[in-house]
Formats: sequence, structure tokens, C-alpha cells
Amino acid sequence: MKNLLILGAGTAGTMMLNKLARTLDPSEWHLTIVDKDENHYYQPGFLFIPFGIYEKERVVRPKRDFFPDGVEAIFAEVERIEPADNTVVLTDGRHLPYDVLIVATGTTPRPEETPGLKGPLWYQDIFDFYTYEGASALADKLATWEGGRLVINLAETIFKCPIAPLEFAFLADSFFTEKGIRDKVEILYVTPLSGAFTKPKASAILGDLMEEKRIHVVSDFYLMEVDNDEKKLISYDGHEVRFDLLVSIPVNMGADMVENSEMGDDDDLNFIPTDKHTLQARDYDNIFVIGDATNVPTSKAGSVAHFEGDILLKNILHHIHGEPLTAEFDGHANCFIETGFGKAALIDFNYDVEPLPGKFPYPVVGPMSLLKETRANHLGKLAFEWAYWHMLLTGKHIPVSTELSMRGKEVDPVA
Amino acid sequence: MATLTYDLHTVDVNDEGYLTDPHQWSLELAHEMAREMGIELTDTHIAVLNFLRERYLAEQPLTIRRIGKSGIVTIKEFYGLFPGGPLKVSSKIAGIPKPASCV
Repeated sequence: MKNLLILGAGTAGTMMLNKLARTLDPSEWHLTIVDKDENHYYQPGFLFIPFGIYEKERVVRPKRDFFPDGVEAIFAEVERIEPADNTVVLTDGRHLPYDVLIVATGTTPRPEETPGLKGPLWYQDIFDFYTYEGASALADKLATWEGGRLVINLAETIFKCPIAPLEFAFLADSFFTEKGIRDKVEILYVTPLSGAFTKPKASAILGDLMEEKRIHVVSDFYLMEVDNDEKKLISYDGHEVRFDLLVSIPVNMGADMVENSEMGDDDDLNFIPTDKHTLQARDYDNIFVIGDATNVPTSKAGSVAHFEGDILLKNILHHIHGEPLTAEFDGHANCFIETGFGKAALIDFNYDVEPLPGKFPYPVVGPMSLLKETRANHLGKLAFEWAYWHMLLTGKHIPVSTELSMRGKEVDPVA
Repeated sequence: MATLTYDLHTVDVNDEGYLTDPHQWSLELAHEMAREMGIELTDTHIAVLNFLRERYLAEQPLTIRRIGKSGIVTIKEFYGLFPGGPLKVSSKIAGIPKPASCV
């Protein structure tokens, strides 16, 4: 009996477990998945919790409900991988041998990486919203907040779901408008990048959104520390931004066990060097990496994990059969951008093709529109929640192609 | 596609002045570009530029944090060398694309 071991039962790990359970011969392969948390969180829903659009309970379900029969689930923390011995060591001392290992341990916000961020004001006037705890605490805060200066800050340029902070800003504008206090709220979007939108076509088409919604962009601001006494952000070049309420997107890092295994990248962010096409770990033939845990140059997002899933399944089968890894991931990502007031935009891109306008998934009829705010896109985002629980996690086919398609895209739009 | 002419070199650039072909870059060109931005390149500047180009050509992501871990400069020193947006400014002088997010 051979062992295929998956570390991490989030979006990517659970999906792979289901795909592999249907594909591998159970008389030959024993499948095991390890995670420290028994709850699965629908992370796209975190965005809606602060504004009371979703109740927090709505985004949580037991992980076990999404595991197929006949696999072993272990709820425990991973201490490290010992690639030389093909073994994973758990913090409780157990050793798990593997023939093939899939690392799907994701990324988490690390506010403690920035001096003063996780200080006295943490969950008083400073919040994250990429965690269940942060989103829930922020919901309580916003329910009674009477206005002032709301600052949304990205501490780093590489983080999970790069669209979500923009969506947060748009939904905040919508939320305070509907509450009748928009005039009492100043919204600032403070980013280390050169603007809220940086790709040419997206900037040209969506660039005005920030101005229309009276969201002030402070660009090229790289956070050094947070001053809790004076409630201000301080950048490395000495600029300061005052806040009444800070919504932070902290530095994102991969799992500690990656560092313990000395498998991380040179950035010390614990992302594993991974072949961007085959998804094989750069340094180990029988280790594959999927989702946010990799260092591949595309977005850290559920849609990316989903598209990587088909490629990874094929390459694991190639590996098992001793064949060359011929399936190639193209960096495909597909993200809704909630823009408030019941509308959303949609982007579809990969390693080589920037977000372009047009219709999706079918030319002319859509029904969704790329790089354009529509009601249909918003309904698409809401409908995705059902598809996530019932199709994506369980590894079923979703009718969107794995490779980016140019069908319906306008290459040279008339602006 | 536009071109830009510095003292001695003419290169293909995008509408923000970033080189569209990193192979048109040379150290002489970097000196000319930097001078135009009011920066006189020192050995430390050049070490940073070489680091950026190496990383870019190896398809590795570039962040200010990574420069701070390069052993060449601290993040504060990086800001001192390339005032304004240091990664943006240094990427332009290094002849590689402007750092961007996914939108």
C-alpha cells in the first residue's frame, strides 16, 4: 500500500482529496489529509461579514462533511516535513510516511510582523477582515461606528485575494451611504503599489471608480510601523497617515511548518518554490504544492487553486506512472470585484494576459461582463457560494475552462 | 510602441517610460536614465539594479521586503538611494517592468 498525504484541508487540499479519491485505486493507495482546524471557512464570505450582509455563522461548516469515504483525516498540527526521509512529523510526535506529498497549507495574515499593528488598539480601532475573528469583530465595530477617518492599508504587495481590499473600500462606501452617514466618513486606501489599479486596461476602465466613490488613494506608501498613541501609520520614508479606524491587510505568510522544514523562499515569507507550470516543488520530485502555499507568480485566490487542481491531478498521475509532467498551469485566475450598491465587476487573467474587457464565459451573450460594473456579475458572485460548497470543494466539474480562454475578450477595446 | 532617447541610447518603452525589452538595457543606459531622474549611481545603486535584474529574469517576484533581505541595503537605505517609490524608480532604471498587482 502506498501513501498519498495532503497537508491542509482548505479549498485546495479538500478539492484534491476528492479528485484523488475518485481517481486512485483504493487497493493501491491510502489517502490521508491533515489539518489543525476542524472548521472549513468560506473565505469569500469574510468580505460580507463586516457589513452585516452575511451572518458570521453562514461561512462555517465542518471540514469532515466535505471529505469522501475511505480516506483518513487527522486533525493535528504539522511540525515539519522531512523530505529526505519522505516523512511528515506532527507536533504531537507522530510520524506520517508518504510516497507522494501535496502541500496545501495556504497563507495567513501576520499582524505581528509589523511593529505596533497588533498593539493596544488591535480589535479596538484596528482590524483585519481576512480571518473569521477579525471580520466578526469588525462587524460589531461598524454596527455602532459613527464616522471619522477609515483607512484601508495593505502592509505588503503579496497577499491573499488581492481584490478584496478594493471590494472592502467599495462596500464601505455603499454601507455608509445606505446608513446615511457617508458625509461623516472619509475613506482612504493606502497602498505600497503605485495605485489601486496598476494593470493598463483595468486602470483605464476601472480607475475612475475610486474617485467616483470618493475613496482617496495614497500610493507608494510602504508601512514601517503603526503608532497606537497618535493613531497613525508611518512609512519607511517618513510619511504619516492618521486614522480613526484602521482596516489592515497585514503581511501574509505561509505556514510555520514550511519554515521549520527549511522549504521556504528567499523572502522569508514561507512560500514554497514551485514550478509555475507543473506545480512540482522545485527541490523535491515527490512533493507538489497547490494554492496559496506556492510562490507561483499569480494571485493567491480560490479560483487559482481551483484551476490548478485539474493540472495537479494530471501531473500526480504522470508522476505515479513515471511519465514526464506534461500538464501545464497557465496562471489562470478569475475574480469578481464587488463594487457596492448591488453591482460587481469581473476579471479573468493569467501569467501572460492582463484583465481585458468583454463578455464571460460566452462571447456577446455573457451573461457576465468583464471589467464592467453590472448587476449580473453581482448575482454571479452570490451564486458562487453554492457552487463552492457543492461543486468546487468536492472536486466536481465547473463549466469554466482551466486554461484562460480568449473567447469574448476584447483585445483592443474602444475606450 | 514609443522610443526614448537618452544621451547615447535609444530604447523601446511603454507609455510610462519603462523598457519593453529588458535586453536593451546596459549599465551606460542606467547611468543616463538615473542622471535624468537626478540620481548619480554609486556601486550600491548598481548592486541593487543587478539584484533586481537577476530576480526579474529568474521570474521571481520583487518586493521592497525582498530588497531589504538582499544583504545589499536595508529598506531605509533603499528609500535613500531611490527616493519616491524606490521599487518603481529602481525597476525603471534597471530596465525591467513596473511592479504591478493583478488589476
